[in-house]
Amino acid sequence: MVAVQETIERVRRIDVDQYRYGFETLIESDKAPKGLSEDTVRFISAKKSEPAWMLQWRLEAYRRWLTMTEPTWARVDYPKIDFQDLYYYAAPKPKKTVTSLDEIDPEILKTYEKLGIPLREVAMLEGVEPKVGEEDPARRKIAVDAVFDSVSVATTFKAELKKAGVIFMPISEAIREHPELVQKHLGSVVPTSDNFYATLNSAVFSDGSFVYVPPGVRCPMELSTYFRINERNTGQFERTLIIADKGSYVSYLEGCTAPQRDENQLHAAVVELVALDDAEIKYSTVQNWYPGNSEGKGGIYNFVTKRGDCRGAHSKISWTQVETGSAITWKYPSCILRGDNSRGEFYSIAISNGFQQVDSGTKMIHLGKNTSSRIISKGIAAGRSQNTYRGLVTAHRKATGTRNFTACDSLLIGDKCGAHTVPYIEAKNSSATFEHEATTSKISENVLFYCIQRGLSQEEAVGLVVNGFVKQVLQKLPMEFAVEAQKLISISLDGSVG
Amino acid sequence: MALLEIRDLHVGVENRGIIRGVHLNVNAGELHAIMGPNGSGKSTLSHVIAGKPGYEITGGQVLFRGENLLRMEPNERAAKGVFLAFQYPVDIPGVTTTNFLRAALNAQRKARGQQEFSTPEFLKRVREVAGSLNIPQDMLKRGVNVGFSGGEKKRNEILQMALFEPSLCLLDEIDSGLDIDALRTVASGINALRSPERAMIVITHYRRLLDHIVPDIVHVMSRGRIRKSGGKELALELEACGYAQFEDAA
Ligand SMILES: Nc1ncnc2c1ncn2[C@@H]1O[C@H](COP(=O)(O)OP(=O)(O)OP(=O)(O)O)[C@@H](O)[C@H]1O
Ligand SMILES: [Mg+2]
Repeated sequence: MVAVQETIERVRRIDVDQYRYGFETLIESDKAPKGLSEDTVRFISAKKSEPAWMLQWRLEAYRRWLTMTEPTWARVDYPKIDFQDLYYYAAPKPKKTVTSLDEIDPEILKTYEKLGIPLREVAMLEGVEPKVGEEDPARRKIAVDAVFDSVSVATTFKAELKKAGVIFMPISEAIREHPELVQKHLGSVVPTSDNFYATLNSAVFSDGSFVYVPPGVRCPMELSTYFRINERNTGQFERTLIIADKGSYVSYLEGCTAPQRDENQLHAAVVELVALDDAEIKYSTVQNWYPGNSEGKGGIYNFVTKRGDCRGAHSKISWTQVETGSAITWKYPSCILRGDNSRGEFYSIAISNGFQQVDSGTKMIHLGKNTSSRIISKGIAAGRSQNTYRGLVTAHRKATGTRNFTACDSLLIGDKCGAHTVPYIEAKNSSATFEHEATTSKISENVLFYCIQRGLSQEEAVGLVVNGFVKQVLQKLPMEFAVEAQKLISISLDGSVG
Repeated sequence: MALLEIRDLHVGVENRGIIRGVHLNVNAGELHAIMGPNGSGKSTLSHVIAGKPGYEITGGQVLFRGENLLRMEPNERAAKGVFLAFQYPVDIPGVTTTNFLRAALNAQRKARGQQEFSTPEFLKRVREVAGSLNIPQDMLKRGVNVGFSGGEKKRNEILQMALFEPSLCLLDEIDSGLDIDALRTVASGINALRSPERAMIVITHYRRLLDHIVPDIVHVMSRGRIRKSGGKELALELEACGYAQFEDAA
């Protein structure tokens, strides 16, 4: 916990209503006409110069979507969304093919700098070949794909990744450059008909990241995508597809922020992961969309479908998420454990404060023999928020020798919030071993007083105790992001007590 | 001016008087012992000095170097040098002792406008102090008090006191649950910290502790009041005769 002190300072400097990422970037943008119709879908597809099969795929999804209704089973409550009152596509102008960072609007670069995402720096590193012995080993490289509203604006380290055979590019580019890979895998984990939001995403997704790691390759650096919603009344529908071929390994991180706005904004992403034999994918999320103000006004509706397919034997997919933002979170990163001996993991920290509503969890679908899964969920509810863990663990009839361990711990701060645990367990064969543990506790006055007597402020004490509570999950994040996540946790709980 | 001055303090919980008119003057350099039966209000008094919420101050004053202590936040009091070794130290899972100590120490230093310790400086200090209290290094890497034995928790309190160098130390039953060797270690830790600038208030049920750390003044507390004050002999007298003689009709 190197960052305790930093965390503390950060908390000190921030006041309750001050969402750090709440600035807006004033750039001209190129939008699709408001509302959703077949024409919108065609417009997006045309903007991306997509091949015909892609347009057909989208249109099928759109037609399907028209027949669907919004799910209502989650423990979240919000006014009806008018899907005709949204923009489905916004791209920063001038719209042209970007080949280097210099062609990117400096305003956008500035935005990413403010967010602490060093596109420029990283790119400079890329441009200059480091001399032998000169590179600072402490500075680990992270390749970044930055998505601004609907468009990917920059991907760094492309050349170095290419050398390793790793493809990391905006999905819009991959559709044109690697159609065979995309066509084969897109929708193979989350079918276009999967659920209301996933289907909507399939029709109108605008950009996102694509990763392919060839057989036997260990991706030489962390891959990372930063999403930023900037435009007003614009939905963000990104699509990510990661394929880890046989015996490969990749670690991927996504981060997200949005400006502070009074109206709610819709975010409906789809992430699909495919792990073939002996491959491993580690997917981490630090979600910090604008949560709304202290009265519950504004904030992002985060309706996301994330699923990984452990398609090959001995494959492994691990989800780690730190969810601190969004007015509403509806999100269940799941694993289909299809390959024999495959393994799925879900490590989650979900924090809700103010009027936030979180309904999140995971599904572990055991189909193959001797598959195992592990779920560690830490929910923290403060203010007037509601925080629900919803999980499903199933073992198929033929999935003998499967194992699951689930631990859900909830921590309540104050007495106006709620924490709920909704675990479903379903074993269709008798050899499955499922263990489930759940605890709910309140942050103790005695513990807080102990810390405060030692000199910490109330906020620092809460930050410390909560960081201790979530440590087991924080440790699963790549080092650089663990530090960031730790700060975020303290900041999002600021003003939660007293 | 006394370091700590308590004037006619009245404290209640849920409309029940627990401290009922305490007067106490503690000068820098002095060590006071407070003895008294269970439930007489000893811990409550130490909590109120340290600023624990949940008590109703119904009358009186607490001055620390002439300043109104009751108006300060507990962490401000800590930064000004008030330290409480708890009768029942809590555990904080997932937060290592080292990190906790560093966060706390630096928070105090910052509040006083002093430079914060760098990690190597801090580690050097904490290792030295831990060594002198027979606290093994691996204990520092564990969660604060998590799985610590009763005696280890008490030694951890003394470790913190030694590290923070407070000017007023409130030690609430620091001797409970200690074996003979641990008692000696803790007592020598306390003695090492006695100095002309520092005052200590030691709450205990046992004369045994006071054989190791010899008090200047012993107070007997019963039913929310200090009934008698005297020299160290008072502790012997108490042991011989019990508390009954100090009860009054009030
Ligand atoms: N938060 C509280 N709510 C209700 N009663 C309380 C509270 N705190 C203290 N009391 C009561 O106040 C009285 C004094 O308690 P205190 O803990 O100060 O006693 P003590 O002298 O430290 O006793 P011991 O020697 O057993 O530690 C007791 O009767 C106790 O039950
Ligand atoms: Mg007591």
